[in-house]
Amino acid sequence: MQYLLLIYQNEAEYGKMDAETGKKMTEEYGVFTQSIIQSGNFKGADRLQPTHTATTVRVRDGKILTTDGPFAETREQLGGYYLIEAKDLNAALSIAARIPSARTGSIEVRPIWVYN
Amino acid sequence: MTPVEIERIFRDEAGRALATLIRLVGDFDLAEEVLQEAFAVAWERWANGPAPGNPRAWLVQVGRNKAIDRVRRQIAFRGKQTELQHQMLLDSVGADSAVDTGALDDDMLRLIFTCCHPSFAIDVQVALTLRTVCGLGSAEVARAFLVSEEAMAQRLLRAKQKIRLAGIPYEVPEREDLEPRLTGVLAVVYLVFTEGYAATSGEELMRTDLAQEAIRLGRLLDALMPDRGEIKGLLALMLLHDARRASRETAGGDIVLLENQDRSRWDRHQIAEGLALVETALRLPGRPQPYAVQAAIAALHARAPDFAATDWPQIAGLYEVLLRISPSPVIELNHAAAVSMVGGPARALDLVDALQARGGLKGYELLPAVRADLLRRLGRKEAAREAYLAAQSATRLEPLRRLYARRLKELEG
Repeated sequence: MQYLLLIYQNEAEYGKMDAETGKKMTEEYGVFTQSIIQSGNFKGADRLQPTHTATTVRVRDGKILTTDGPFAETREQLGGYYLIEAKDLNAALSIAARIPSARTGSIEVRPIWVYN
Repeated sequence: MTPVEIERIFRDEAGRALATLIRLVGDFDLAEEVLQEAFAVAWERWANGPAPGNPRAWLVQVGRNKAIDRVRRQIAFRGKQTELQHQMLLDSVGADSAVDTGALDDDMLRLIFTCCHPSFAIDVQVALTLRTVCGLGSAEVARAFLVSEEAMAQRLLRAKQKIRLAGIPYEVPEREDLEPRLTGVLAVVYLVFTEGYAATSGEELMRTDLAQEAIRLGRLLDALMPDRGEIKGLLALMLLHDARRASRETAGGDIVLLENQDRSRWDRHQIAEGLALVETALRLPGRPQPYAVQAAIAALHARAPDFAATDWPQIAGLYEVLLRISPSPVIELNHAAAVSMVGGPARALDLVDALQARGGLKGYELLPAVRADLLRRLGRKEAAREAYLAAQSATRLEPLRRLYARRLKELEG
């Protein structure tokens, strides 16, 4: 099965991270990503620019409405994702738990909709 | 066979038969549907003759054949494009290894661990367990949660969808995951029991049906996974508490506290079983398990000839052990109550007030009740009155409300 692992964390706190810690975090992400590429679970991943760069679009009565910022103001923001292939939810959860940001933020594990 | 006998077999076998059918057909809903069909066939056949030697295997066999029929019909209906897929399902459904006893036991564990998967909220785990493992109807499960049958049916439907769509595996967790997952399962069983033993709300103090289901689950787990101290401990704890059932309320539904209970009405047979289980649980190697320690406390109560002659110092000591191995505000409160019997209510009140000051039990309705009792025993009438009023407004359980009302009346007199 395929799962999207959505990485949520508090952007403000993440931004306050000192250079040393930031470098370590990047390295940890590198090691984690390599490990799931090697195990064959990796399908794709991206890190996102912070939410102040976001624009939200809606179409109402045929008119395009754009607003500055993300769809919802929350304590934690979507900061990136992994798309993985895993045997079942247990396998997906244990991969999610290894994402470095799981220790400070949270990872939402969502199964991918399969069309028959 | 009489209808009552047939219903008893259904009740006893529903969980296990369902557990195996889920593995065979790979789908909760399909398994439930074909089991219902198998029950319908059994209902007709068994009424007019003897039940088969192994009714569970019979039900699984009939259910499996019903599933095969359905898949065949679907192949005919949908045409060739999905035939291969369905043929695979058919092959797995048709596989014959399925019905030996060992496999059936494993299936039951698979079902329990799946229903108690940590990706479900705890109340969903409880509802799923009651519905599928215990075989309660949606209406009965709804009653246990005080929600409408419709709402419960919807909740159960969603949960079963999640099993399928999120890929929750139908398996007993592997070695390293087993410990935390078993802890989760036992928490569900204990939650079912405590709701049955002392409901959190409603008219009735006890819901014997739920307590019985929890004990049944405990026995089942103990049989499936022997040599587990935490399971034996939990089963002992439930048996010892439940043994006091007959003495815990008056005919009018009023609460009778431990100190006033008629101990001749305690179920001695169940106490003996509980005591033996505690002994075994505590003797198993490894660290003492919280449930076993709680059961040891219940055992001291069960052994005491009367309230005054209870071994309070040892009970207080066991609560201290619990505070070390699984600290919680509830245990602190119980510890304080035991301390009041050893060191007097003043010392206990200090503990309770300290607990309250830390805000550890916010919203926990029994804290004001314990405080009130200690203040009453200290003769501090006005403070006791206030605490009973707080306890009264905190509880949603009618018999408790009446108990506090009686206490308030005594304070006035």
